[in-house]
Amino acid sequence: MRSTNETSSRRRFVNYLLQTSIGAVAVSVFYPVLSFLTPPRIAESAEATVVAGKITEIAPNTGKIFKFGSKAGLLIRTPSGELKAFSATCTHLDCTVQYRGDLQGIWCACHDGHYDLNGRNVAGPPPRPLDQYVVNLRGDEIIVSRG
Amino acid sequence: MKATEERQEGSVQGPGQAESGGVGDWLRGRLGFASVEALVAKKTVPLHRHSIWYYLGGMTLFLFTIQVVTGILLLLYYRPSAEEAFESVQFIMTDVSFGWLVRSIHSWSANLMIATLFVHMFTVYFLKAYRKPRECTWVTGVLLLFLSLAFGFSGYLLPWNSLAFFATRVGTEIPRVIPGVGEFFMRFLRGGDEVTGATLTRFFGFHVAILPAVTTVVLGIHIWLVQFHGMSRPLREEGTERREMKFFPNFLLRDIMGWLVALALLAALAALFPWELGEKADPFAPAPAGIRPEWFFLFSFETLKLLPAHILFIEGELLGVVGFTAGAMFWLLVPFLDRKAARGEPSPAFTVLGILIVLYMAVMTGIGFLS
Repeated sequence: MRSTNETSSRRRFVNYLLQTSIGAVAVSVFYPVLSFLTPPRIAESAEATVVAGKITEIAPNTGKIFKFGSKAGLLIRTPSGELKAFSATCTHLDCTVQYRGDLQGIWCACHDGHYDLNGRNVAGPPPRPLDQYVVNLRGDEIIVSRG
Repeated sequence: MKATEERQEGSVQGPGQAESGGVGDWLRGRLGFASVEALVAKKTVPLHRHSIWYYLGGMTLFLFTIQVVTGILLLLYYRPSAEEAFESVQFIMTDVSFGWLVRSIHSWSANLMIATLFVHMFTVYFLKAYRKPRECTWVTGVLLLFLSLAFGFSGYLLPWNSLAFFATRVGTEIPRVIPGVGEFFMRFLRGGDEVTGATLTRFFGFHVAILPAVTTVVLGIHIWLVQFHGMSRPLREEGTERREMKFFPNFLLRDIMGWLVALALLAALAALFPWELGEKADPFAPAPAGIRPEWFFLFSFETLKLLPAHILFIEGELLGVVGFTAGAMFWLLVPFLDRKAARGEPSPAFTVLGILIVLYMAVMTGIGFLS
């Protein structure tokens, strides 16, 4: 009786060793694989200001996309001639918005999201306003900077 | 010693006796065809009012085979980078002999395959063929649906045109709303924070290596289970006289007739409506008007579009994602939830639910097409 107990407890111990070693091997394989699958973080460009274009290029009631680091920005000139700049990334699902002269507002084609001239979400699914940038003029160059 | 050897030889249908009958018998004695032949000879297809639906699974499998063959062909010219992808598909369409045909068939066949898969799935659902003991056949089938959708989503991006670019931005942004793991999941899909060439390379890897590998295993289990359990008879036919057709060659020949029709249809579609390439993706251009995903994602796209920004204090998007995830889980687990069907009783509640789901998808897809 005693010897059977001894055998079964030995067996349990050996099983325990075997299972934990298999577990350790699995972890040592899957951890590097999962880490490999996770893309490395690339430092965002620290650019704080950018030349978005020239004042002569942009007529009232139009807009244009400009590069702000790795992202797209939207420069608009309102019907009254005022210059404004926003992040061009729709706050709903990451599409790139555009200025619609006929609507006198900013529009996202993907899910029909509407923003007004101040970048406020006024209709459709966008949950938040567009991020706004600061616009300055240097001669005829339009300088956009993060607020 | 000699006696043992002889006995072993005898037990595997000895090559000694088979050698006389030519190459076929020679192989039979060595490859163990006997068990496959026995399985094929035994396989029958029940005959009743709903027998026509038995062809849909085989049709889906045939179209999948077309996908594998045309996909391998495209692989010889396609280049998976943001700089070259669009141009390489353009090259396939304009310069490579029959390139337009191969690529158009790949695209058309993909869409037809999803269509036959949906019909196959809903007929299995409405005939309650998922009931005991075929739960695992259903589960592997739903997994194959998810894999096919993943194939569709990853393949859509590969030509690197502007419609696909924004569809992928939207599609990979959606999981971001999941609290906790959303951000990780989005970066995992995109290969970074944005949809870039890294995403294209990654989707290419999913599309031609990871998904095919997983699909081969799941499809293998699915087909094995179909052979193991045999064809399901609808509940209503259980009590009636059992009429059957031999699978080989009777049913298979009918299958092949259907496949030939499908092949002709594919060739006609590819010739009359070659798959468009669109414009090359430009990450610094606004999303084009009229953007929409492929038709089989339209119902979920339309739902996301119609959901308001906030419902009470929860973002509409999050609610949509939670809803679709719950729906997918429900669909996967149907055989375990439908207790009545498992007992062999009619389960009208699940039939009504199925009709509502089909109606919802049809209406939302219709709105998506019209808007």
